[in-house]
Amino acid sequence: MRRLLFSMPALLLAAPAVAADLNVTVQIPQLDVAEYHRPYTAVWVEREDHTVAAQLAVWYAQKESKEGAGTKWLPELRQWWRRGGRDLQMPVDGVSGATRPAGDQKLNFHEGKAPLGQLPPGKYELVVEAAREVGGREVVRVPFTWPASAPQQLAAKGSSELGAVKLDLAP
Amino acid sequence: MMMRSLKWSALALAMTLPLAAHAHKMWMVPSATNVSGADPWVTVDAAVSNDLFYADHMPVQTDRVVVTAPDGQTANVEHAFTGQYRSVFDVHLTKPGTYKIAAVNGGLFASYEVDGQKRRWRGEPANFAKEIPVGAKNVDVSESISRVETFVTNGKPSDAALKPGGKGLELVPVTAFTDLVTGEPATFQLLLDGKPAAGLKVSAIAGETRYRNAQEEIDVTTGKDGKFSLNWPHAGMYWVNASTQDDKTSLKQAKQRRLSYSATLEVLPQ
Repeated sequence: MRRLLFSMPALLLAAPAVAADLNVTVQIPQLDVAEYHRPYTAVWVEREDHTVAAQLAVWYAQKESKEGAGTKWLPELRQWWRRGGRDLQMPVDGVSGATRPAGDQKLNFHEGKAPLGQLPPGKYELVVEAAREVGGREVVRVPFTWPASAPQQLAAKGSSELGAVKLDLAP
Repeated sequence: MMMRSLKWSALALAMTLPLAAHAHKMWMVPSATNVSGADPWVTVDAAVSNDLFYADHMPVQTDRVVVTAPDGQTANVEHAFTGQYRSVFDVHLTKPGTYKIAAVNGGLFASYEVDGQKRRWRGEPANFAKEIPVGAKNVDVSESISRVETFVTNGKPSDAALKPGGKGLELVPVTAFTDLVTGEPATFQLLLDGKPAAGLKVSAIAGETRYRNAQEEIDVTTGKDGKFSLNWPHAGMYWVNASTQDDKTSLKQAKQRRLSYSATLEVLPQ
């Protein structure tokens, strides 16, 4: 209680200075298929030269096995894998997690805090890649400029393995 | 002068053409080129055939296969099996980085006649003099080095296993061998005896030749630095091949050295 009282004014003071939020909504579509597995999904921010500015999320099967907890199939997220997924040692705190069900998956990131960290002003792309066992694979990109001068809503739409990908930027 | 060199090259062509026309392709195809997880394995098909990559002619002898781990050490060829048309073996990728899987064939070959009987010999340069009988007639000696390779990466690509041995034709990466995608040209360097192989033709043919009516061979020529670039028209397993010949034999009785290099490389969609 005491900590809460203390931290609240601190938060209020700090909030305007630290600024920007980056909120992502990834829609995982409901699919009518005989054999459904939740997709492996990766979310990251790319610089203009396609290098990775921030790894935001990667969802994969967490079931324990001799071959590793789902990590055997991570290269199926092909673009993510070659853009930097293969440089990571799984699990990554605050980034990796279990696969998610169909529906809108909301993710909130704050500048200066892991996993977004500090993003220097510039042009970027939010990239979402999904690959599904016995299914397909799709990459959706949402270009954006950082930081946003006013609240901004950007979106792109997948056609098979991903639904709408929304990016809300708060200055 | 002109006339003479023309005659010579025509003769050389005539000598190589029948061979070239019958040259089957030797290949190894791994089940994956990028692996991950706590206990990654790949299984590899190895065969000699005309159609890529259909095993319908001859298996590759697995005792010719050498697997080099990312630390440069030799790794085991596991669960090797040789059938009528293909060999199969597994590689356990216990270390992070790029593995080289190579099958090297060749050596010194001789044909000769003793008492009107045709005979053949294969062996080391040092043994040639004592193993070919005195008085052998029509001794014809040739040498060849043929290298067939493929690559698999566990995690992040590395190149310690890809250091050239300095003998025959070899390929070294500029673009990582296991990081190839459509829409991004790949550059490699061809070496001959460890030095840039300039002006050599390199061809790339995508697999699944059975399902199209043309080879759709992509031909490029290496530059002065031995480098060449390939633009992949579509995703798939590609067989990249180069061959040449010279007179740098390890035995003076051998007039010609035939050299070839092939690699199976996987190109993924963007």
